[in-house]
Amino acid sequence: MSLLELDDVSVTYRIASGDVPAVRGVSLTLDSGAALGVAGESGSGKSTLAMALLRLLPRDARVSGRILLDGEDVLAMKWGRLRAVRWAEASIVFQGAQHGLNPVRRIGDQIAEPLLVHDLAKPDAARGRVTELLEQVGLPAWRARSYPHELSGGQRQRVMIAMALACSPRLIIADEPTTALDVMVQAQVLTLIKELVAQQGISLIMISHDLSVLADVCDQLAVMYAGRVVEHGPSSEVFHDARHPYSRALAAAFPTVGDPASRMAPKGLGGDPPDPMHLPTGCSFHPRCPVALDECPTLDVELWAAGAGRVAACIHAKPATATAPASAPATEEPA
Amino acid sequence: MTETQTTAEAVTTTRPTLLEARDLHVEFSSRGRRARAVDGVNLAIGEGEIVALVGESGCGKTTLARTLLGLERPTSGEVRYDGNPLTYTSKALKTYRRQVQLVLQDPTGSLNPRHTVYEAVAEGPRIHGLPDEQDLVSKALSHAGLRPPDRFFLRYPHELSGGQRQRVVIAGALALNPKVLIADEPVASLDASVRGEILALLLRLRDELGLSALVVTHDLGLAWNIADRVAVMYLGRIVESGPVEQVLTAPRHPYTQALMSVLPESPERVVLTGEPPDPTRIPGGCRFHARCQVLASGKAAEAGVHTRCRTEPLPILPATPEAQAACYYAETTTP
Ligand SMILES: Nc1ncnc2c1ncn2[C@@H]1O[C@H](COP(=O)(O)OP(=O)(O)OP(=O)(O)O)[C@@H](O)[C@H]1O
Ligand SMILES: Nc1ncnc2c1ncn2[C@@H]1O[C@H](COP(=O)(O)OP(=O)(O)O)[C@@H](O)[C@H]1O
Ligand code: SF4
Ligand code: SF4
Ligand SMILES: [Mg+2]
Ligand SMILES: [Mg+2]
Repeated sequence: MSLLELDDVSVTYRIASGDVPAVRGVSLTLDSGAALGVAGESGSGKSTLAMALLRLLPRDARVSGRILLDGEDVLAMKWGRLRAVRWAEASIVFQGAQHGLNPVRRIGDQIAEPLLVHDLAKPDAARGRVTELLEQVGLPAWRARSYPHELSGGQRQRVMIAMALACSPRLIIADEPTTALDVMVQAQVLTLIKELVAQQGISLIMISHDLSVLADVCDQLAVMYAGRVVEHGPSSEVFHDARHPYSRALAAAFPTVGDPASRMAPKGLGGDPPDPMHLPTGCSFHPRCPVALDECPTLDVELWAAGAGRVAACIHAKPATATAPASAPATEEPA
Repeated sequence: MTETQTTAEAVTTTRPTLLEARDLHVEFSSRGRRARAVDGVNLAIGEGEIVALVGESGCGKTTLARTLLGLERPTSGEVRYDGNPLTYTSKALKTYRRQVQLVLQDPTGSLNPRHTVYEAVAEGPRIHGLPDEQDLVSKALSHAGLRPPDRFFLRYPHELSGGQRQRVVIAGALALNPKVLIADEPVASLDASVRGEILALLLRLRDELGLSALVVTHDLGLAWNIADRVAVMYLGRIVESGPVEQVLTAPRHPYTQALMSVLPESPERVVLTGEPPDPTRIPGGCRFHARCQVLASGKAAEAGVHTRCRTEPLPILPATPEAQAACYYAETTTP
């Protein structure tokens, strides 16, 4: 059974100048023990979606749709229940959060805090648990006595992961956990996350704009553009053989070193990211799309089936009924 | 989609040297200890050449770049431009900075939010009292791909996308018609989709204006995308350098091999453990020996070089364009 189920989730920020539709009708499911990657450029709605899952959004945000965590409706939860869920069932490692550690408190105390607050351990037991958690993230026990400034960026990110693990959650949401880190440290943190998923059966939602990182860690990949999922499928297929032109551009942005095709040929995507308050008509990607057709500005896009277990919101992935006849038989149309 | 796509061509010709570091040392005192941030570097950048300087966080890349710019004075050794050693008088430095320009890491941080695009780009020409300011600004903006330039004159940074802001920063550097750009992580803070566009711009500037560039990064894919040569830095020294095709397809230094192995999709990973190296405690012998996987696996002992690895300092690599590595083991494995 799925651990997390999102059904038509939308988030709109209401600001003085109007409504910002940051997430627009996202439906996804995550099985227990699975790892899902969410990719997309800055402003595509990834963090908003992540925060919506645990109702961590600011007051001016309106959420609609349904979010089921282990069958329980997150949007309908009472405050007390929600607080318990946030640590014990699902916890989140934020983008750039390693800068958010309290500079004047020892990291051991900071890791122990959720345990004590939720009465999951007495102070003595908490100390033992901190040692265990530090070990799990590859830090020596004596680091509990260190202050954040005594740690490197990668070590601080490990501390954040240790905090997220403290109450043994079943789901971890990691928002750009390695973006600011250098390659070797990034590799260390990713290896750690992969081990946690594999050995402890923790489910993972990982957010990044780097498809290659997501493809490395996650089984499934969802690509977001302008608040919508535009492609979803098994990660190596989405990464190596994307069906949506935007996913293709993201995948090509990070070259494979040694691949002659990308030598002296950086690939980018022209045009500007869409302004959520003035979204283009039809397929929102059409102003930047290298393979747009005449009908794209007026097209009603939906996630069409695009191979086994794959969907893509592009007319080129649409089954061969409306476009030029193709030899392949029309596959099942999703309802 | 991309701005320019230069075809791959191996650099076989030796370009005349424009900017050079000779036996460069830069030390800081840090909490009463000496930090040898740059600890003996020879590096030459040829006319119209793009050199990538790679290495993990804290290895001395930015310090080397700042010293090449004349922003930091070497403890010993010298920086030479166009055949002459740098003179550190303010007048000489001012002239020098017209030739060698810095492009900073984070476009948001390096632009004043209250200055228009025009004012940001005109700053250099004003400082140097150059005539035809508006013409210089227009040309610089067009070269940086912001066209038509006058449409951007009165815009403020917050009205631009991240990629456009980085182009404004590059235009600011171009306004003085420099010969060399030194770019410190020029795309690290940009989205995957914008990254390729900015890299293509750097390539185009080389082709159109004959600019040389030193690009500081920890992203090997970036080096593969745009650099002719790559220099790999570890704890204050260049440990391997040479043509990109050679170094990045057949790395010889164990450190370069480790960096390559953590790229997504590489078959076997060597994730270096241990703390990031500390320039106040540079180990004796080979400076990489404490983390070296070749030494740890016993391969260095098989080749009979393990004692030298631990005790004998390696000579400083010369500034030659050919592939070279500072490693006892690599020496035994090459014909
Ligand atoms: N002004 C300074 N005083 C003392 N130490 C310094 C100073 N500037 C740099 N260092 C030290 O010198 C070493 C090299 O720093 P540098 O900024 O050159 O690294 P880097 O390779 O650019 O790293 P990154 O990839 O994180 O930007 C580091 O250990 C740093 O802490
Ligand atoms: N607190 C907020 N108030 C108003 N708009 C917001 C707020 N947070 C995010 N947004 C807007 O919502 C959109 C999605 O943002 P975000 O979820 O942070 O994207 P991502 O994480 O993919 O970069 C953007 O247009 C952003 O400007
Ligand atoms: S639907 Fe049209 S505009 Fe949208 S991604 Fe596909 S081809 Fe491009
Ligand atoms: S010299 Fe020895 S320790 Fe240094 S990199 Fe080579 S094999 Fe490793
Ligand atoms: Mg975000
Ligand atoms: Mg730096």
